[in-house]
Amino acid sequence: MKKQEIKLACTVVKQVEEICDKHGNKPGELINVLHECQHLHGYLPEEMQRIIARKLGVPASKVYGVVTFYSFFTMTPKGKHPISVCLGTACYVRGSERLLEEIKRILNIEVGETTPDGKFSLDCLRCVGACGLAPVVMVGEHVYGRLDAKDIRKILDEVAAEE
Amino acid sequence: MKILSINDLNNLRKRAQQALALREESSDQQSEQCCGLATGAEHLQVLCCGGTGCKASYSHKIVDNLKAAVEENDIADKVDVITTGCFGFCEKGPIVKIMPDNTFYTQVKPEDAAEIVKEHIIGGRRVERLLYVDPKTQKTVSDSKHMDFYRKQMRIALRNCGLIDPENIEEYIARDGYQGIANALLNQTPEEVIEIIKASGLRGRGGAGFPTGMKWGFARGYDADEKYVVCNADEGDPGAFMDRSIMEGDPNSVIEAMTVCGYCINSHKGLIYIRAEYPLAVNRLKIAIQQAREYGLLGKKILGTDFDFDIEIRYGAGAFVCGEETALIHSMEGKRGEPTLKPPFPAEAGYNMKPTNVNNVETLANVPIILTKGADWFASIGTEKSKGTKVFALAGKINNVGLIEVPMGTTLREIIYDIGGGVKNGKEFKAVQTGGPSGGCLTQKHLDTPIDYEHLAASGSMMGSGGMIVMDEDDCMVSVAKFYLEFTVDESCGKCTPCRIGNKRLLEILTRITQGRGTMADLETLKTLSEVIKDTALCGLGQTSPNPVLSTINNFWDEYVEHVQYHKCRAKQCKDLVTYSIDPAKCKGCTACARKCPVSAITGEARNPHSINPDKCIRCGMCISTCRFDAISIS
Repeated sequence: MKKQEIKLACTVVKQVEEICDKHGNKPGELINVLHECQHLHGYLPEEMQRIIARKLGVPASKVYGVVTFYSFFTMTPKGKHPISVCLGTACYVRGSERLLEEIKRILNIEVGETTPDGKFSLDCLRCVGACGLAPVVMVGEHVYGRLDAKDIRKILDEVAAEE
Repeated sequence: MKILSINDLNNLRKRAQQALALREESSDQQSEQCCGLATGAEHLQVLCCGGTGCKASYSHKIVDNLKAAVEENDIADKVDVITTGCFGFCEKGPIVKIMPDNTFYTQVKPEDAAEIVKEHIIGGRRVERLLYVDPKTQKTVSDSKHMDFYRKQMRIALRNCGLIDPENIEEYIARDGYQGIANALLNQTPEEVIEIIKASGLRGRGGAGFPTGMKWGFARGYDADEKYVVCNADEGDPGAFMDRSIMEGDPNSVIEAMTVCGYCINSHKGLIYIRAEYPLAVNRLKIAIQQAREYGLLGKKILGTDFDFDIEIRYGAGAFVCGEETALIHSMEGKRGEPTLKPPFPAEAGYNMKPTNVNNVETLANVPIILTKGADWFASIGTEKSKGTKVFALAGKINNVGLIEVPMGTTLREIIYDIGGGVKNGKEFKAVQTGGPSGGCLTQKHLDTPIDYEHLAASGSMMGSGGMIVMDEDDCMVSVAKFYLEFTVDESCGKCTPCRIGNKRLLEILTRITQGRGTMADLETLKTLSEVIKDTALCGLGQTSPNPVLSTINNFWDEYVEHVQYHKCRAKQCKDLVTYSIDPAKCKGCTACARKCPVSAITGEARNPHSINPDKCIRCGMCISTCRFDAISIS
């Protein structure tokens, strides 16, 4: 692992430790602990994983292994407006790849990246279950459905203007 | 209140049924008459879909607005507004249904709420513009029973979805909920219950179709101080959302079935492994578990007997392989979700090395009704070896996207043309993909094949969890195979070599073919490599991952050859094999496409025909969707 850059605030460290305690510091609770920590902090930096490893008494490599295995966990901070393009089959056959291309082009980022200003981050997901609205894109909690590539610019402008 | 005996349960059911009477009684009639308070109705109920799909179209705001309008008109004592689970007709959502006259409003917007209350609920006049229009007759149809989408369906697993309030356990009890477990605990031995499940012919709905009663029997056979009942709610198949809908619309049926299973295999602990991406389903399950505990239907001494059972929720974190039961168990133990070799089967050594029984959500949802209606009733539905019904998530290029449930043995033609309303935009049907990344394609020639476990397997596909994606002439089958392989490569856990490396090689070859760089030898390699992966991969994911490749090769060999030999993609989907051009005769020089083109590949004078520079063009298709004169074509 590369050198640690982020220093967690004392309060966050304490909260992480409390989460581990709440789950009895049992190694079997690792995934539940990670869920709560990510919910708390938005992402799971290396430093946090080391704290969890120490508390649960498992090697840091094991925590890292679990974090990187599951797509729900992330080690990079998300943008203020996380964008998820559905690449489920129903959306795919109704053209979601085009939406993805257009978002990448406009924001100039790749999947898994965040814009330099921290406003948007881009991810793909497999099926939100709103297949009736295919193709769909989620921005934050909101689902935009029945989209065409030409709608993308407008949505991004709207979201960016919300602040 | 705690339910301490079957008497308590029956009293509660009787009371709760009164609240549901409006919905039950009228469910089979078509009422010409529209009911309103002004036209003599005493009490009305408004049901609004609260599933994920409809919520994305603001159905929760519709509920808020309906409630506000009811309050405003001072009729709250006569009108109930109820949020239900999914109605299934997602294409036309959000859906609002008025009882007792069965009026089925489609594509309702939050701002329509006031009008529905004023016109229909008070005035007794239907809001015509919100009614469903039958595409064949162009006439409005006011109730769901008379829509083609619902006519051929038979809702068993989905029996309560769209009918009851999933956050109110009493409504489930009113629908004979918890009668199955009560009868089992009081009058039947675990062996007898297992025999009923065996006799019903119920098979696992998660994909492989293993007989459920047998699975329960195995788990019963192992003795241990602790045993576990696990509900597999890690629905990872892209395009399938039936498990989610059941948990959102009828969570108590899953809880009751798990309790029954616990009684049968002598387990006192249930675990639901659910995707963290399903927040609404998680929430509904939590509420249902809490209510079941309060009513004494979970916890110590259930229904006053000596049987204890409780349920906990465990979260998945986005890994398709965790649908495989050994991987799922490892994930619940806090580890990477990697599968292990069977045997030992989970029935012998599963969660924490204790005997464990894993069942899929839809399978469980069938259990309570089998116990109340009997094994014979269930076994009378379906085909010889596949009993009961199956829920399918119908999506893709089809008119009626939605969740449907049909008896096993229904043909693909009935599903696509009668229920699904045919292919979208009048295009030609090309294929339907069943079973997701583990399944295969069915084509024209399979349209009259009865859908059950055996026939699907014989056609080179599989039941899978029940995703059904319809494709038309614009879909390139090589690209579809590539799409699924991308998914598998992404989701392979990396433990065994055939899956980790073999699938990657398959994907590379498919990518080459879609770029026009494939050779005929590549096609042979695809076939042999696929067979090797099927034979040698460790778990179900790897063993089925080449299915989309093999089935598209078998059914659409010509398309593969065209890509390789003529560098042609007949669906015009493979970007490297097509060029965009403007027909000068049709182009009016409106400049709309040139302004939209993201890479400035289109040039031309205003009011003169434009042209596309093929070297700059990235084939994004933006110009085609912009052009109003149909002047741009792909060749």
